[in-house]
Amino acid sequence: MTGFLLRRSAAMIALLLVISFVTFSLFQLGPADPAAAACGQECTPARVAEARVALGMDKPFLTQYADYMSGLLHGRMIGAPGTETLCEWPCLGKSFQTNEDVTAVLERALPYTLSVAGGAIVLWTVVGVGLGLLAALRKGRFTDKLIVGAASVGVSLPIPVTGLLLLLVFVSTLDVLPFTTNAISSPFGAAGPGAWFLNYLLPWVALAVLFSAQYIRVTRSSMLETFGEDFMRTARSKGLARRGIVLRHGARAGLTPIVTMLGLDIGLLLGGAVLTEQIFSVPGVGFTAVHAAQSGDLPVIMAITMVAAFFIIVSNVVVDAVYAVIDPRVRAA
Amino acid sequence: MLDPHVPPSRTPRADPSVPTAEQVATLSPPSATTPPAPSSAAEPAGARTLLGTAWLRIRRSRVAVGSLVVVALIVLFAILAPVLSAIEGQDPYTSLTGPDYLDGVDTPGLPLSYYRYPSTDHWLGLEPGLGRDIFARMAYGARISLVIALLSTMVSVFLGTVIGAAAGYFGGKVDMVISRVMDLFLAFPHLLLVLSLTPILQSRLGGTALDSGSLLPVASLVIILGFFGWAYLARVVRGQVLSLREQEFVEAARAYGASRRSIIFRQIIPNVMGVVLVYATMLIPTNITAEAALSFLGVGVKDPTPSWGQILNAAQAGNWYLSDPWFLAVPAGALVITVLAFNLLGDAVRDALDPKSSRH
Repeated sequence: MTGFLLRRSAAMIALLLVISFVTFSLFQLGPADPAAAACGQECTPARVAEARVALGMDKPFLTQYADYMSGLLHGRMIGAPGTETLCEWPCLGKSFQTNEDVTAVLERALPYTLSVAGGAIVLWTVVGVGLGLLAALRKGRFTDKLIVGAASVGVSLPIPVTGLLLLLVFVSTLDVLPFTTNAISSPFGAAGPGAWFLNYLLPWVALAVLFSAQYIRVTRSSMLETFGEDFMRTARSKGLARRGIVLRHGARAGLTPIVTMLGLDIGLLLGGAVLTEQIFSVPGVGFTAVHAAQSGDLPVIMAITMVAAFFIIVSNVVVDAVYAVIDPRVRAA
Repeated sequence: MLDPHVPPSRTPRADPSVPTAEQVATLSPPSATTPPAPSSAAEPAGARTLLGTAWLRIRRSRVAVGSLVVVALIVLFAILAPVLSAIEGQDPYTSLTGPDYLDGVDTPGLPLSYYRYPSTDHWLGLEPGLGRDIFARMAYGARISLVIALLSTMVSVFLGTVIGAAAGYFGGKVDMVISRVMDLFLAFPHLLLVLSLTPILQSRLGGTALDSGSLLPVASLVIILGFFGWAYLARVVRGQVLSLREQEFVEAARAYGASRRSIIFRQIIPNVMGVVLVYATMLIPTNITAEAALSFLGVGVKDPTPSWGQILNAAQAGNWYLSDPWFLAVPAGALVITVLAFNLLGDAVRDALDPKSSRH
């Protein structure tokens, strides 16, 4: 187990380094001129040249990359000669728009994304796995068909559609829920858990509709597959109660694909629930990314891409480790 | 799926040629084209191709036939956009503003109630604010949305099949390098990357000037969605090819002196087409949603060029969807129906082509 984790972690670090390099190249060597983007609307060639120096872009590419990465180990000075400012550790550069440390921008945005992701994950796991299990137990009957039909519609509902519909119905027409313009970052803030809950209920539902539907489908088909396996037949022939069989024997084997899916989805969502945050104006990582992309704020969007990739890769490794714990067959491989 | 009957795919070798009650109930005259045969095992080899069998299975499911009809209608709607708009007598770009059309008092820009909802002049009403014909914009938008989805799917499928087949067939170092590149592509946060690279690519392809009505955003969406969608398929194809490579018929082809090219294109690729087709049908709705999402976020297709995502964006911009919910209902409804139809079709194609798939 330790060896397995060590091997996976080494591969993870290598992949992270490659990803940081590729991302850096895409944005620095990529088509847009970062200096022109940094310098803004009214830009003379002289000011572009100044901006290039300020950004360290007059140096060779590899030096720039090394500088950028060294910022992750210690703080460094960024800016034109004479007007440099300190970018504190861990430094991911400074925003073109506000000249703020990108790390600070991310630190501010992350709690909002955690709020959106946390509740949505709980909601869709409970609803998705619950209904998927129910459908599998009632296979072929009306309940099953209803759930499977609803799931087919659910996976076909794009988040912008669900989100705008929820806002139209619950905020504008019925006026029973607040529009999350003043999103609260955590349930432990001044407004308390009640306000936090109401604030994020719609974003959670918008995400959960789509994800629950996927979880229903996977849970149902995985459980049905498990029900057909030999060890389930053995358990049944031993005369165990149906409920006991399903929960003790079936769920453990049948829900392993759900663990994988959940781990990967958590990793994906921590990099920002882009559409949901945008629709409900939650100033999380995804919202920040959209605005950085629209305004050409390269350091911010680049850092968000890397951080999101980091979450995805880490979640992959965590999923593998969890998998090895719950399914002993994996460890041997 | 609301499919009430057990799909034939439950038993992979079930005889596909015996007409069932459902088949008789459908519009197709089954017995004319498929005379009942004693059993599929008794048929001469090659009598039924993979696609032929799949087609029979698809025709037998009411949901599959229904979704196929809906997809065909949507494609027709897109192809006939100029004809339909001409019959309607409108075009997607003309703004009808002024007090004759739009409210100027209570909610400035909101179409007067006759123009807000479907009428004989404007089949789906007028857009609030700019006063353009919604039906014409939806029709021309369908062209753009579908073209982006289909072309980017083709790019991904082509890259995924070729790269995956190469990795699986050549093995060794080639496989190792390709597999690592696949890992890399799969680890990237797609939406974020697409979101940030689309404006960059657009400015590179067409300079800074955003010429109205240009096809530039369409091209860049096709390139970016296509380029980031191949890795998963490549991984699947690689696995298939790895096992195919060792099978007897490939061995046999090698033994009678077939060239490597001939083995790849005549033996291997035809055998992975099933998986590829399943994946392609599922990628289309994904890409339709992706186009809608990106245009909705304002980085994809931009006004005045219509696409379904752009129209959705226009409905949200200025909160028009709150005062004129109809303007939200049209693009949202079209999107959901289209994605649903493609998803159901994708499920049917998977059930028909991949009997081992875990749907019961």
